[in-house]
Amino acid sequence: MKSDTHALHADAHGHDTASHGTLSSYLIGFGLSVVLTAIPFWLVMSGVIASKAATAIVVMLFAVVQIVVHMIYFLHMNTRSENGWTMMALIFTVIMVVIALTGSLWVMHHLNINMMPVHNMSQMP
Amino acid sequence: MTVQTMNIAAGSSETSQPVFHVLDEHAHPEGYSTSLGFWIYLMSDCLIFAMLFAVFGVLGGNYAAGPAPKDLFDLKLVAVNTSMLLLSSITYGFAMLTMEKSQVRATQMWLAITGLFGLAFIGIELTEFAHMIHEGATPQRSAFLSSFFTLVGTHGLHVSFGLVWLVTLMVQVARYGLIEANRRRLMCLSMFWHFLDVVWIGVFTFVYLLGMLR
Amino acid sequence: MFDNPALIKAIFGRLTLESLPLHEPIVVGTFAVVALGGVALFGAVTYFKLWGYLWREWFTTVDHKRIGIMYMILGIVMLLRGFADAIMMRGQQMLAFNGSEGYLNAHHYDQIFTAHGVIMIFFVAMPLVTGLMNYVVPLQIGARDVSFPFLNNFSFWMTVGGAVLVMASLFIGEFARTGWLAYPPLSNLGYSPDVGVDYYIWALQVAGIGTTLSGINLICTIVKLRAPGMTMMKMPVFTWTSLCTNVLIVASFPVLTVVLALLSLDRYVGTNFFTNDFGGSPMMYVNLIWIWGHPEVYILVLPAFGIFSEVTSTFSGKRLFGYTSMVYATVVITILSYLVWLHHFFTMGSGASVNSFFGITTMIISIPTGAKMFNWLFTMYRGRIRFELPMMWTIAFMLTFVIGGMTGVLLAVPPADFVLHNSLFLVAHFHNVIIGGVLFGLFAGIGYWFPKAFGFRLDPFWGKLSFWFWVTGFFFAFMPLYVLGLMGVTRRLRVFDDPSLQIWFIIAGFGAFLILLGIGCMLMQFAVSFLRREQLRDVTGDPWNGRTLEWATSSPPPDYNFAFTPVVYDNDAWFDMKRRGYSRPLTGFKPIHMPSNTGTGIILAGLATAMGFALIWYIWWLAALCVIGLFVVAIGHTFNYHRDFDIPADEVVRVEEARTRLIAAGAK
Repeated sequence: MKSDTHALHADAHGHDTASHGTLSSYLIGFGLSVVLTAIPFWLVMSGVIASKAATAIVVMLFAVVQIVVHMIYFLHMNTRSENGWTMMALIFTVIMVVIALTGSLWVMHHLNINMMPVHNMSQMP
Repeated sequence: MTVQTMNIAAGSSETSQPVFHVLDEHAHPEGYSTSLGFWIYLMSDCLIFAMLFAVFGVLGGNYAAGPAPKDLFDLKLVAVNTSMLLLSSITYGFAMLTMEKSQVRATQMWLAITGLFGLAFIGIELTEFAHMIHEGATPQRSAFLSSFFTLVGTHGLHVSFGLVWLVTLMVQVARYGLIEANRRRLMCLSMFWHFLDVVWIGVFTFVYLLGMLR
Repeated sequence: MFDNPALIKAIFGRLTLESLPLHEPIVVGTFAVVALGGVALFGAVTYFKLWGYLWREWFTTVDHKRIGIMYMILGIVMLLRGFADAIMMRGQQMLAFNGSEGYLNAHHYDQIFTAHGVIMIFFVAMPLVTGLMNYVVPLQIGARDVSFPFLNNFSFWMTVGGAVLVMASLFIGEFARTGWLAYPPLSNLGYSPDVGVDYYIWALQVAGIGTTLSGINLICTIVKLRAPGMTMMKMPVFTWTSLCTNVLIVASFPVLTVVLALLSLDRYVGTNFFTNDFGGSPMMYVNLIWIWGHPEVYILVLPAFGIFSEVTSTFSGKRLFGYTSMVYATVVITILSYLVWLHHFFTMGSGASVNSFFGITTMIISIPTGAKMFNWLFTMYRGRIRFELPMMWTIAFMLTFVIGGMTGVLLAVPPADFVLHNSLFLVAHFHNVIIGGVLFGLFAGIGYWFPKAFGFRLDPFWGKLSFWFWVTGFFFAFMPLYVLGLMGVTRRLRVFDDPSLQIWFIIAGFGAFLILLGIGCMLMQFAVSFLRREQLRDVTGDPWNGRTLEWATSSPPPDYNFAFTPVVYDNDAWFDMKRRGYSRPLTGFKPIHMPSNTGTGIILAGLATAMGFALIWYIWWLAALCVIGLFVVAIGHTFNYHRDFDIPADEVVRVEEARTRLIAAGAK
C-alpha cells in the first residue's frame, strides 16, 4: 500500500503527537462517566434536593466535570499533542461558545423583559 | 520538524554562511495535518451544537400552550439511551486498543459492537420521537418542540453519519488491513464518536434533566 | 402523459414555464446577452479543443496556485454582476422623483438590492480574499501546497456552486426580495412563498460549506507546513492576518450554517423558530445571523490589512514598523470581532445595559485598528517610497478607511445609532469600509502579486486610470449618501417624494458611472498587460525587490513552488537571504512528492448544487438522487488510497535549468 519510508515517517511524526489511551485509562474514564451520569439522573428522578434551582446547579456541575473527564480519558486531550495547538483550538472554541451562548441568552432575555407586553401599564416609569 | 532542524544544524556547522534551504529533505508524511485538521473540524461542529443549544436556551420555554418537558420526557428511557452511548464509547476505546496491537479480528469485533450500540441508541431515539409525534408533540407544535427536535435530531443525525462511516471503515479494514491510512481514519472516527458523547452530556443535562426541573 | 398535472408536479416540482421571468424585458435582454456570450465562450473552447486541457489542468487541479487563480476569476466575474446591480439601483434612485416610478418595478428592484449585497459579500469579496490567501500563503511560508489539497479543490467548486445558484435565480424563477440577510418574518414562507429565499438559503449553504472547509485547510497549512525556522513571530504579516481570518471563518460560518438551516426548517417543515406565533422569535434570527455577520466583515478586512502591510513595507523599502504590535492588534481584533454583534441591532430593544456593553466593545475595536494605521504611517516615514500601483491603492485606503472608521465609531454610539439605523448613512459607512478597506486592499494585492502569478507586471497606465476613476468615483458615489442619511433617508427605497433630494442621488449616480469607468479600465488593464506581456516580463521572480518568501521562487512558480524548502532566520526571510548573499542552488535536486489531481471535488460540488436546485423547486426525487450520489461518490473517493505522486528529479532539474537560462537572459 505504501512505501517503507512513509511508514517510518508516520512513526516519527504521527505517533508521538497523537496520544492513545491505555486499557486502564479507558476503564477509569468509563467508570467515572457512569458515576457522573448516574448521580444527576438519580438527583432529578428522586428529587432528593428540595430546591429545584440547587438541583439544577448541581446537575450542571456534574455535566461540566463529566465533559472534562471525557476530554481527558476518551479524547486524550493534553497540552502536548500537536505542540499544544489542539488545546489552543479547544480553549478558543470554549471562549467562542461561552460568548455566543451567554451573549444570546443575555440579549434575548433583556429583549423579552423590555419588549414583551406589560400587563400593568400603570407600573411603567 | 525535528528531523529537518537537525539537518540544518549539520549543514551550518560545515560552512560559515547560514544554510538557506533544507539539504536533506523528506516530504511530510501522508496525513501529517489530518489529526489537527479533523480536530478543528470538530471545533466548528461544536459551534453548530452551541448555537442549537443557544436556540434551545432561548426558545425552550416557549410551549405555546402545548406540551412541556414534564408531559413528554421519560427519564428512564433517556437513561437507557445514555448508557447505550456510554457503552459504545468504551467499546470504541477497546477497538482503538486492539488496533494499537494490530489485531484485525478483535478490532473489527469491537467496531461491530460499537456499531450495534450506536444503532440501539438511534433506535431508542427514533422510538421516543415517534411516540412524541404520535401524541401530537410534533416539531411544528411550539418553538420548544422545534428546538428540541432540531437539537436532539442533529445529534442523532451525527451518530447516524458516524455509523455509515463506521461501516465504511470496517469494509476498508477488512479489505486493506490495519494500514497506516486506515489507522488514521479509525483515529478520526474515534475523535468524532467521543465528541458526540460529549455533546450528548450537554443534551441529557440541559434538555432532559433541566427540562424536567422546569 | 403530460396532461396529468400530478405527474408534472412530481417530476418538475413547482418549476413551470411561468417561472421563467419572460415578462421582465430587462431580464430577458440580460439573458440574451449572457446566452450569446456563453455560447460564444462554449464554442471557442470547443473550437480550440480546450475542454480536455481545462479539465486536466484546471478543473481537477489540486495546486493551490491554480485554485487561487480560479477563485480570483470567479470573484472578478461576479464583481461585474454585482456592479451591474449597483448601477441599476443608482439609476433607479436617480430617476424615481417627481411622480416618476423609475424604470424598475418593486418586484425587480427588491431582488436587485438583495442580490447586490449577497453577491458582493459572498461571491466577490469572499472568493477574492480566499483566492489571494490560497495563492500567497503557501508561498509565503515556503510550503509545497496546502494541508489538504483535494479539500481545497472541493471548497472552490462549492463556492462556484453557490454562485451558480445565485446566477440561475436571475433567469429561472427569482431571487430573494428580503435584503441581504433575509430577516424573518419577511423571509418566512408566509411573506415570501416563492423560490427567492430558497435560492438564497441554498446558495449560501453550498458556498458556506466550501468556505468553512477552506478555513480549516488554511489554518492547518499555516500551523503545520511552515518552513523550518519560521516561528510564529517570524511569519509574514499577511500570513498572520490570513491565520486570524481563517480562525474567524471556522468560528463563525458554522453559525451561519445553523441559522440558515433553522430558517429552511421553518420554510420546509413548518417549525416555529422565527415565526411570530407558537413561541417563535424572529429576533433570535437577527441575533444569530449577526453572530456570524460581524466576524464576517473582519474575515474580509483582516487579509486586506495584511496586504497593506506587505505592500507598505515593500514599497517603502523598510522593515514593517511595529511587527509585534501589528500581530497583537490582529489577534485582538479577531477576539473583539466576536463581542460586538449587537451593534447591528441596537434598535431591537434589548435595553441600556446590553446596548452600552456592545457600544463600548465596538468602540474598543477602533484602538487596535488605529494602532495598525500608525504602524503603516511609521513604516512609510523616512522610507524610500515607490509610488507603484499597489502603493497608491494603499495610500488611498489609508485616507478612505479612516473616514469610514470614524463614521463607524459614530454609529457605535447607541443613541446616535437610533437616529442613523437603517439609513443611507449606514449604507455609506459600510461601503466606505468595504470598498475603501477590502476592495482597495484586494486591488493592491492583485497588482502586487499578479507578476508572481503570471510572470509579467500589470500595465501601469490603465491601472492608474482605473485607480483614479475608482477613487474619485467612490467619493462621488458615497459621500452624498452620508448627507442623505443624516437627513433621514432610509435605505432600500425605490421612489422618493422630496424633490430636493434628487441632486444628491444624481451626484451618487455620477460616482457610480465613474466606478464603471474604473472597472472598464481595470479589464482593459488585464487585456493590455496580456498583449504587452513581453515588455512587462519579470524574469527574476522578484519584480518589486520584495521581502517575503514568495519572491524567492520564479514567476510563475513551478508546480512544486520551491525546489528546496527554504530555511528562515528573519521576519523578512527573502530580504534576509538577499542581504546575506544567498545564491540559488543549481544542483542536488531530488524527486518531489506532490498530490495528484482528482475530479471528485467538482463532481461532489456539482451534485450538491443540483441538490440545492432540486430543493429550491421541490423536485424531491432529484434531491434524493443527489444525496445518494453525494454519499456514493464521497465514500467511493475514500477507497482511493493512491493520492500522491513524485515529480522525478529529472523534471525538477529541467524546470530549474530553464529558470537559470531565463535569469541569465534577463541579466544581459
